[in-house]
Amino acid sequence: MQDRNIVRIANGQGFWGDSILGPIRLVNEGPVDYLTLDYLAEVTMSILQKQRSRDPRKGYATDFVAMIDRILPKVVERNIKVIANAGGVNPLACKDAVLAVLKKHGVTGMKVAVIEGDDVFGRLDELAANGEPLNNMDTSAPLATVRDRVTSANVYIGAFPVAEALAKGAQIVIAGRLTDPGLVVGPLVHEFGWKADQWDLLAAGTMAGHIIECGAQCTGGNHTDWRRVPDLARVGYPIVECKADGTFTVTKHDGTGGLVDVSSVAHQLVYEMGDPKNYITPDCIADFTSIRLEQDGKDRVRCSGVKGKPATPTYKVSLSYEDGFKALGQLTISGPDALEKAKLCADIVWKRLESDGFRYAPEERLVEFVGANVCHAGIAVAGANEPSEVVLRMGVKGPDEAKVDRFGMELVPLVTSGPPGVTGFAGGRPKASEIIGYWPALVRKELVSTKVSVFTS
Amino acid sequence: MPKVQLSRIACARSGDKGEGSNVGVIARSDAAYAFLKEKLGADVVKAHMRSINFGGVKRYEADNLRALNFLLLDSLGGGGSASLKTDAQGKTHGLAVLRLELEVPQSVLDATPSA
Repeated sequence: MQDRNIVRIANGQGFWGDSILGPIRLVNEGPVDYLTLDYLAEVTMSILQKQRSRDPRKGYATDFVAMIDRILPKVVERNIKVIANAGGVNPLACKDAVLAVLKKHGVTGMKVAVIEGDDVFGRLDELAANGEPLNNMDTSAPLATVRDRVTSANVYIGAFPVAEALAKGAQIVIAGRLTDPGLVVGPLVHEFGWKADQWDLLAAGTMAGHIIECGAQCTGGNHTDWRRVPDLARVGYPIVECKADGTFTVTKHDGTGGLVDVSSVAHQLVYEMGDPKNYITPDCIADFTSIRLEQDGKDRVRCSGVKGKPATPTYKVSLSYEDGFKALGQLTISGPDALEKAKLCADIVWKRLESDGFRYAPEERLVEFVGANVCHAGIAVAGANEPSEVVLRMGVKGPDEAKVDRFGMELVPLVTSGPPGVTGFAGGRPKASEIIGYWPALVRKELVSTKVSVFTS
Repeated sequence: MPKVQLSRIACARSGDKGEGSNVGVIARSDAAYAFLKEKLGADVVKAHMRSINFGGVKRYEADNLRALNFLLLDSLGGGGSASLKTDAQGKTHGLAVLRLELEVPQSVLDATPSA
């Protein structure tokens, strides 16, 4: 029997590129009331903005539409609500694609909501005129230093527009730059009628959202003690069973792989953490030092005691801007003497480029010998044994695209003009790709308004 | 006192924060947490991570999670997508910190289950 006092919210996607098996298994292998999906990172918004500028029907997370196509029958059968920030910079186009999938499946009468208002790319001058300098939060630099190179600007919006969409009867909610925890707080506000000034409750929902927002990272994925995590191949994605009083239990479906214990939940609580006493969202400030974790049976962790503080008067804005170019390439160098030859290869590349007039400053170039202590260089003691092969990974960056491209032409030649044992050059010549800079700023909340529209299939 | 790697008495997870990374260190026991709170200062982590981190190190405490959170302010070779490094998001920084060698009292080791 399902306890009606409990709302089950699952996360099936920790980032764009996460496994499609997460959401499929969540809706098939046990009870779920809400399925949340997170698709957006800072860099993603800029890429989507570019896609939309080339094609007005693009600019959203296309994976989401393919996923809906796979899970729709179960979503309908079990009346599961789906909430995703898959809209990117074009949530209306995402909605059109979803409606087309509903039509293909013959699903009629289903409501799909779209949340708009987070995209302020076209409002930057207006915001400036209203006294919002959008200085960089980290460096205090004025926006003018990158203004003509800005490629996207999105406000992190909170949970209340999601609750509004659900109150309007939406079964699928598509947002743009909605915060990851907001995907979870939204349904809790809707189900339990939490108010905008109930800070402890909003903070509890925020922490529930933070715990599940990276998918399997709280159910045994990326766990220090990986040897004791069973059956990662069939890892269960996380579910929070939430109550109106703000307490919740983290769990996963019976019979799935992975584990949920105090350690796996604590691992995720510290992920991407700043000051744990002040985790700032649009909805509240959550105090991560207040949560109590208790094991409550196998693969169940009960969470309680969460405290919150009033929300700040500002939203965070995430801007991206063009920040030059980069190119990266790699070759595999076999033994004998793999590392010594790889070092010679790197030296040859720089010397040949220099002989042709292309010099790259130390901060504009990189050489790594993957397999010979790259990640923890200077920290781990390298093994006494020479590796039997290494991957030579080289890269450059800078404002001059042609110069960055020129580097890419000097890697492949080593196969015939370097030491012996050079191979593994798949994927062609490395080409310059754009570097996307990230610019966090703040904007007064009264300057941003969200709009919820509902469409029926 | 026995010399052990931090991984004997703690777990860790790391990720990116702007142009830096954060490393959350989670003690495996109350005794280990009390010991680490006293001995694992920001200066110790900064010295250990000097080949990766070029900015300051800040430490925060979360007693309820038996966790110390370290912010390594310039550790990714540039923010956004500007880094050329393999580990541009600091995903492996937690494991790097866990390689730190410490002299740990036998009583703390006895009170702390290993992985």
